[in-house]
This record gives sequence, structure tokens and C-alpha cells, in this order.
Amino acid sequence: MTPDTMILMILCLPLITAAVIFVLDAVPDLREGATLLGAASLFGAVVLLVSNMQAGAQPELVLGEAAPGLVFAFKLEPLGALFALVASGLWILNSLYSIGYMRGNRERNQTRFYICFAIALFGAMGVALAGNLFTLFVFYEVLTLSTYPLVAHKGDANAQRGARIYLMTLLGTSIGLFLVGVVWTSTLGGSLDFVPGGLLAGKISPTEASLLLLLFAFGIGKAALMPFHFWLPNAMVAPTPVSALLHAVAVVKAGVFTIMKVAIYIFGAELLQEAPATDWVLAIACITIIVSSLVAMTKDNLKARLAYSTIGQLAYVTAGAMLAVEAGFLGGSLQIAAHAMGKITLFMCAGAIYVATGLTDISDMRGLGKRMPWVFGAFFVASLSIIGIPPLAGSWPKFQLFLGAVGAEQGYVAWVLLISSLLNIAYLLPIPILGLMPPKGLPEPAPYKRPEGAPRFVVIAPVITAAGTLVLFFSMGAIAAFLAPAMGGA
Amino acid sequence: MAEFVLERANYWAIIGLMMVGLYITFQSTNMIKRLVGLSIFQTSVFLFYITLGKVAGGTAPILFGKDAKGHGDGGGHLTDDGHDNLAHGTGETAAVELGVTGNPGGLQEIYSNPLPHVLILTAIVVGVSTLAVGLALVVRIRESYGTIESDEVRQSDIETADAQDADDPARQVA
Amino acid sequence: MFETVVALAPDIVTRHAAALIVVAPLILSGLCAFMPSGRVAWGLTVVASVISVFCALVLLYQVQTSPDGVVSYALGGWAPPLGIEFRVDALNALFLILVTGIGLLAAVFSLPTVVAEIQQEKRALFYAAHLICFMGLAGVAVTGDAFNLFVFLEISSIATYVLVALGGTRDRRALPAAFNYLIMGTIGATFFVIGVGFLYAATGTLNMADMADRLTSLGASRTVHAGFAFIVVGLGLKAAMWPLHQWLPNAYAYAPSFVTMFLSATATKVAIYALVRFMFTVFSPDYTLDRLNFATLFVPLAMIAMLACSFQAVFQTDVRRMLAYSSVAQVGYMLLGIAIGTSAGVSGGLFHLINHALMKGALFMAVAGVVLTYQGTRISDFAGLGRAAPLTMTAFAIAGISLIGMPLTAGFQSKWALLQAMLDSGWGFAAMVIVASSILAVVYVGRVLQAVFFLPPANPRKVRQEAPLLLLVPLWVLTLATLWIGVNSTGVIALTDAAAEAALSGRAMQ
Repeated sequence: MTPDTMILMILCLPLITAAVIFVLDAVPDLREGATLLGAASLFGAVVLLVSNMQAGAQPELVLGEAAPGLVFAFKLEPLGALFALVASGLWILNSLYSIGYMRGNRERNQTRFYICFAIALFGAMGVALAGNLFTLFVFYEVLTLSTYPLVAHKGDANAQRGARIYLMTLLGTSIGLFLVGVVWTSTLGGSLDFVPGGLLAGKISPTEASLLLLLFAFGIGKAALMPFHFWLPNAMVAPTPVSALLHAVAVVKAGVFTIMKVAIYIFGAELLQEAPATDWVLAIACITIIVSSLVAMTKDNLKARLAYSTIGQLAYVTAGAMLAVEAGFLGGSLQIAAHAMGKITLFMCAGAIYVATGLTDISDMRGLGKRMPWVFGAFFVASLSIIGIPPLAGSWPKFQLFLGAVGAEQGYVAWVLLISSLLNIAYLLPIPILGLMPPKGLPEPAPYKRPEGAPRFVVIAPVITAAGTLVLFFSMGAIAAFLAPAMGGA
Repeated sequence: MAEFVLERANYWAIIGLMMVGLYITFQSTNMIKRLVGLSIFQTSVFLFYITLGKVAGGTAPILFGKDAKGHGDGGGHLTDDGHDNLAHGTGETAAVELGVTGNPGGLQEIYSNPLPHVLILTAIVVGVSTLAVGLALVVRIRESYGTIESDEVRQSDIETADAQDADDPARQVA
Repeated sequence: MFETVVALAPDIVTRHAAALIVVAPLILSGLCAFMPSGRVAWGLTVVASVISVFCALVLLYQVQTSPDGVVSYALGGWAPPLGIEFRVDALNALFLILVTGIGLLAAVFSLPTVVAEIQQEKRALFYAAHLICFMGLAGVAVTGDAFNLFVFLEISSIATYVLVALGGTRDRRALPAAFNYLIMGTIGATFFVIGVGFLYAATGTLNMADMADRLTSLGASRTVHAGFAFIVVGLGLKAAMWPLHQWLPNAYAYAPSFVTMFLSATATKVAIYALVRFMFTVFSPDYTLDRLNFATLFVPLAMIAMLACSFQAVFQTDVRRMLAYSSVAQVGYMLLGIAIGTSAGVSGGLFHLINHALMKGALFMAVAGVVLTYQGTRISDFAGLGRAAPLTMTAFAIAGISLIGMPLTAGFQSKWALLQAMLDSGWGFAAMVIVASSILAVVYVGRVLQAVFFLPPANPRKVRQEAPLLLLVPLWVLTLATLWIGVNSTGVIALTDAAAEAALSGRAMQ
């Protein structure tokens, strides 16, 4: 199979999966089998494609012209390959987890849930493989729209309110700012292709670049840069598998991935360094990191705390892009993978606790670790990874960002990173520690909602991903080498 | 000054009628009166076109005398010559614009421009049909509302809308 | 494929296509009126629409293959400029295709809704009125004579007043709505006639091409300016240009569903065509209005329309009223593109016009389906319909998403084209208004979609009930067209580019 048909296949697989799920509506076992099979074959296809490209070739696929100058083009480059690998790989584990969670909670409309999930993955794959900004924008919106039913899944007034905020923020920013930025880029740059070294490099003045950069930084609402971050906590009304895969991996990572792509291939490091707005966006990213960590400490609802933690961790990537040096780009890109692995674990643990006990507040979870040791163990490991302690995945990107901050002579960013790590410790570690080792004299935690405890799938999945953070630590060198050609423009 | 006004008497009349018509159309609440106003407004436009077609000293555009012999097969079918004469109406305004005076096209007599008359015949038909439809509508409104005063109709529409909103489940929740 | 279809045309069609497109529905409408049953009249309407569509295709082909891009037809053998000329170039060919195509789909879909909403003895007459309206609109698009344009405009308008008033059997508010429409429409048409009168006084001709030539040599004068002002106001009323749109929401909200669908997709569009024709072909902005820039007049109006009417749409509780306000806002988009006067802008405006006809047509069709099966047009009546009528509502959702301007739908493509035109010509501010109005569209479309898909049915008796097949097929044709343009709009953009070229060529000749 040639690489370009592989790309087509990767795009089609989630859609086919969605169609099969639709057909198998009445047979839940087969339907969920189809989800797993689709996820596994998608991951397999991505792995095959990526292993083929290691020779340095970048396969391309042009699907057709939507309008003169607007081409649906796909191109596999290292950064996109990484994102595609992470998203499709975690889809498998998340599907396993979803099955346990959705059955355990006896959720309604499960077919719609799995279909939308598959379509969301289609959007994520499209974003990862997009060969130009137009294609990327199209799939970015596909991702937004397909995840709306997932967020609104519960259907009660609260879920609807959260979903409305989710949709309005993401659509508002993407139509109001991102789209304008994209169209303006096409008029200024003459095309929308991703060019190593920057499409706009040398074509526009720093002032124009600044305006454009602001349009992108705030228009890409999925990157959750303050003040457009509030959709993320509101999206936590979604079932936990959705929060886990979409709001820790696919959706938010699509946002920061887009920022990274725009920074590297549309602006290029040189133009970014010249544009004054780069410093502003960097400062906003740093504020986001600190403020979101502080807010996270005040949240007693576990998912809300994780959501604010995600906002902060995403801003790392934006900050990395805005440092506009190679180490910054690299650190940001690695953070995409490392944070995905860690945060999905945390969300899955939160979901596992909810399925088993119905608890959502951290203060109720003290002592629960004795009954759910695996879940709290996985939570502990993933927390350490997020904080950035070796030998866990999260340590590499922080190290690279540190180097980048020093290299770009933005010393204060290094301090921000340091303070943020301390804050991470403060809001994440108490949860597993108090869970596993409660202070004496506490009453017994609430009994299980279900007599048999958490379903098996719901426990296995986070344990695997927690182990993944360890594996990822040791493969970071290879990943960095793999990404190096993309960062070469820096 | 008086000359300025009197020379353009037609136009003053047109403007006057137009304003009267529009005013009635917008001001009146009685639907019949509004239609009357509309008709007056339209009539002023008919007058405007007729005035455009008038050629100083011209007679009704029916060929007679020597012209009738010259164009033996009647004045209806327009030749290229005829086109120049007839299309370039030498009404007061058109004459100023085009500077066409005298008697082009080899015709002996002076005729008014027939084209605006023809146009206005069509426009009158359009106006009559509009009026007919309008009056029919008023009849139907009278049948369903029992009034032809537009403010009373509006009042009763608002009441209908309020009644509908009252049993709208979406509103009740809010 | 296009050629083979056209090659099938009999000789009489290839020679008289321009006349047939008007004459066929006119004759058949007379027949319709005397038909004993609505069903036969419906058959005749479909036949008339098919003939017109075919003629439109033939005309498009002739325009594309003719060396100067113009097909001229002297009506009754009287040579232009004195005789009435039917003159088709790329611009009206586009509108003819649009009007006749939508007319055909509307005709097909009309049967079930007309049976449900119109009394039996009036159905044949209803179809006769519809065909007259259709013929008038086609006539406006095909004629090359300014006064003839007025006549066709009024023929279609008078038929429209009747059609709107027929909604009175369902909701009596249709009657005052039709009456107000009649008053406003007639004032608009009369203004237009006054404007034509001024132009005639200045140029001595009624043929639009001839008028353009003579205006070029005459230069600007107060007469021409006055004529321009009257024509813009007159056509603006017909096109529902803000702030002359007051007649539209009520007329759309209370007319029979079929009429609303047909009017929203064609009537205002044809008025915009006439406006474009006068603005660019008859007047050449560069010299006639040297002191009054088009853009400074129209861009603010268009921007206010886009914002104010989208905003009003957000607060409507009735779906048809909401869509009506949205139509006024969308007219703003089209005018915005047209007003900036660059060929990219005009092309973008026309492109949006076509897309809007498709998606509004689909939206109103879906609403008609709901009226048919569930008798209600309030948003609360739509609650839970996603389950009860999935096919109808999926089409509604796709068209609604296109109205917002989401990627992979037609609305996105035209908004992209408009945005690009705005940024290219330095109207960055207008670009921001476009996106702001789109965000408002997210709100008002989202309200309905949320009710459709996420709220429990307000009335538990609602069982699964799709709209009838005759309604679903045209609905999905429009929906798929929306999607197709969203994925591949190259063909349509080629048409609109040619149309913009034809509209602006008057200026290019200077």
C-alpha cells in the first residue's frame, strides 16, 4: 500500500467505524467490538505509516480543490505524526475504558456516544495530517461540532449549559478570530501551505505579524489560553471518557498542536522573534500557567481541578511555541505527548472513582485508596509525571522548555516553570497521598455505589497509561530525534 | 420667480400629488384610505411620464397630412428613422439633456412622444390590478378581524401573539 | 453531460429559449386556473418548471459558447433598442438557473403542503398564481428593458401578495402581512418607475444596454443621480435591504409554507439581481457617481443589517420569523460583497446569494415538513423532533450549519470568499462584522438545533413521523447541493466569477 492511500485509509477508518457502529445499534457487544477494532486498526495504520516515513520522506495526499486556491491536502510530517500516534493510541485504551464506564453507569444513547467519538477521532486525524491551514481549519471545526453532542451527553440542564458554553466559546473564537487569521494569511502569504521556516517569513511586517499572531493565539480557543479557557471546566459536565480522551488529548491537543504548527510553519522562528506580540502571548501563557494552577488548588471537585490543571499544562505548549527557539518548539511538542499520557490517566482514575462510588469531591476521597489501590497508584504515578519528576515522561518537556527559556533569554519563564511545578505538587499530590494514607480517625469512606466495585476495564486502562508515562520517559530521546527535522527551521 | 414656478406647473402638480399620496399611505390607519393614497401616489407618476412625453407644440402622435402619405403603411411599425424621432422624446427635460430640437426623421408635423403614453397604459393596468388585490385583501381582513383600521388589527394580532406565548412551554419554564 | 442535455433541445427551444422561459409558465398558468383539481394543476406546474429549467440550461450554454457572452432575443421581432429585448449574459444566466431550479424543486415539493394548507377549491388557482409569480421572476431576470423589468417585477409581486394572503386560512395574520407587503411593495415598484422615468428623460431609451452606452457619453447629471436614488430605494424595498425590510418578517412568517420557501429562495434574490444590474451595468460607478461612492452608502447599511437582524433573530420564538430575520441579515452579506465593487466582492456576494438560496430553501422546506406533520412553528414545537423525524431534521441541521458557515458546507465557502474579498480590498472592519454576524448565527441556529436534538419532545404524543417523500426528495437535493458546494465549489465559483465579470464589464469598457 502506498503512503498516500495509507493517509486516505487513516482518514476513512474512523468514519467507517462510525458507520459500522450505527448499523450495529441494536447489538451492544458487537457495537463496542467495532469501536475497539476500529481504534486498533487506526492505531495500526498510523504506526505503519509513521514507520514508513522514518526514511525522511513526507507522504502527501491531495483530495481535491474545494474552491480555487483552497485545496484539501494532507501531508505527514513529524509533529503531526506524533499527534496522530498519541491520539489514535490512546483511543484504544479509552475505548476499553469507555465500555466499562458507560455500562457501569448505564448511560443512555450509547450508540450516539460511540459514533460521535469516532467522528471526533476523524477530526483529530484530519488536524494531525492536514497539509495546509485550510484543511486544518476544516477539521478543527469538525472536531468542535462532533464533540458537542458528547459534552451534552447527559442532556440535563447542567449538561446543556456547559455544552452551550463549550460550543459558543470554541465556535466564537474560531469563527471570529481564527477564520479571519486564516483568510488574512492567505491574502498576505498568497497560499496556505505549511512551509518549513515559515510561510509568511519575509512577506509581512512585524506589526502585521503581531496582529495575525494575536488572532491565532486567541482564535485557537482549543488551546485554552486565558481568557478563553472557561470552556474547558464547563466541558467537564461530559462523561469522564469524553473528558479523558477529548479534553485531555484530542481536542485540547488539537488546539496546541495547531498553535505549534502555525508558529513553526506559518510564522517561522525568525518572524516570531521580530514580532512584538510574541512576547505578549508568551506573557499571557505564563499568566495562564500560574493563575490556572492557583485556581486548581481551590477546586474540590476532582474533574474541575484536573480541568484547571489541563489549562495550565496546555499553556506550556503555547509558551514553548512563543519562545521561538528550537528547544522551545521541541519542549512544547514533547509536552503534547507527555501531558496526554499523564492527564488521560488522571481523568480515567477520576472516572473509575465515580463509577465505583459516585464520588466527585476530593474531600470525600480520603482513605478511598485502600479500597482502590490500583486506581490511586496510577493516579500517583501520573501526578508525578505531570509534576515533572524523572523517570516519568513529564520531566523531559519541562527540561527542554527550561533550556528554551534560557536560550531565548526569557529568564522569567524559567521561574514560572519552577513555580508551576511547585504548585502542581500542591494541588495534585494530596489527592493520592490522602487517598492512600488517610489521617487517623477518619470515618470509613462511603460504600460502593455498585456492589462489585469498579468494572475491570475501568481499572485496567489507567494502570496501562500510568505505566505508559514510564515507558515514554525512556523513548523521549527517540521521539526528539524523530521530531528534529520539523524543528530544524528554528 | 413666478415664471420659474409656472413654467414647471406640471412638475409642481406631480410633486404635490406624490407627497399627498405618500402621506395618506403612511399616515392613515384606515386601509381603504391607504389604498387611495397609494393610487394617488401612482397617478402622480403617470402624470410624470406623460409630461416627459410632451413635445412643445406637438400634437397627438398619429401621423397625418404629408407624413401619413410618406409612411403609407401606417405609423405603427417603427423604422430606424422613426426610432430616432420617437425614442428621443423632446420633452422639456429630454430636450435639455439631448439638445434635440426641431423636427428630425423627415417628418413634417410635430408629434408628442408616444412611448411614455404606452408605458403608462401598462403602468395603469399594473396599478389597477394592485388596487384590486389590495381591496380584495381589505375585504378578507374585514371578514376575519371585523375592522379595517390597521391599529385595531395590530392590537388584535398582539393579543393573539400574547395568547400563544402564554401556552408556549418554553416560555413557561423561563 | 451538459452539452448532451442541451443537444437534445428541439430547434424551437434553441431559438426561442429566452422567450419560452417566460411564456411557458405564463400559458400554463392560464390553463392551471381552469383545472378541476389541484393535482392536475400541480402536474402542469411541474411541467412548466421543467420547461423553464431546460430553457435556462440552454441559455447558459448559449451564453457560454457565444463569442461576446451575450444572447439577445428581440421580442416579437422588434429590433432593440426600441423593441423589447431579452438579453442574457453570464449574470442573468446564473439567476435564471437559480430561479428556475429552485422553482422546479419548490414545485415538486409543493403538493403535500398545498394539500394540507390550502382549501380544495383554491388549489388550482393557487398554482396559477404561483406560476405567474414564477414567470414574473424569470422575466425580471431575462429582460433587457428597464420598463419591462418593472412590469415583470409587478406581475410577480402582485401574484406574491395573493400567495401570501392565502396563508390566511391557517393564520389570519397573513392577511395584514400581505396588505402591508402590498403597500410597501407597490411603493417600491413606483419608486423604481420614477427612477426609470428620470433615466429615460436623460437618455431617451429604455433598453438597459443602450442606456448604459448613452450614460457613458452623457456623464453625470442631477437627473441621473435622482434616478439612481429612486431606483436604489425601489429595488432595495423589494430586496429587503435594511432598513427597508419591515414587510418581510411577517410576510414570511404567516404565508403558506410553500410560498415562504419559494419566496425566500427567489424573490429577494431577483431584486438583488436587478440592483446589481443597475448598479454596475447601467450606471458605472466610476463616472456617474463620482462623488458618491457605492461603498460608503451600502457598506454601513449592509453591516447594520448583518448585526441588527441577526440580533433580532436570536430573540424570536417562532422558527419561521427567526429565519426571516436571518434572511434580512444574509441580504446584508450579499450587499456587502456587491457594494465594495471589486470583481472578487461581487463574485463573493453572488456566490453567497446562491448558497443562501439553497440553504434557506432547505431550511424552509424542513420547516414546511414540520408544519405538515406537527402543526407548529415555534421553537418549542421543534423539541425532540430529531428522534421523531431524523431525515427531515438532519437536513435542517446541515442547512442550519451551513447558514452559520461551518466548513464543508456551502455557507463556509461563500463566507470565505467574502472575507477574502474584504481583506483584499482593505475592508478589514467589514470582515470583522461578517464573523460577528456568523457568531450570532451560531446562537440562533443553535437554539433550534438544541431543541431538536437535545430536548425531550414537548408533546409526548409525537410519534416517529417523517415528512412525505415528495417533500424529502427536494429537501435532500438542496441539502446535498449545499454539501457538495461546501466540498467542491470550483464550478459554482466559475459561474459567479463570469457573472461578476459580466456585471462589471460595463465599467471595463470605459
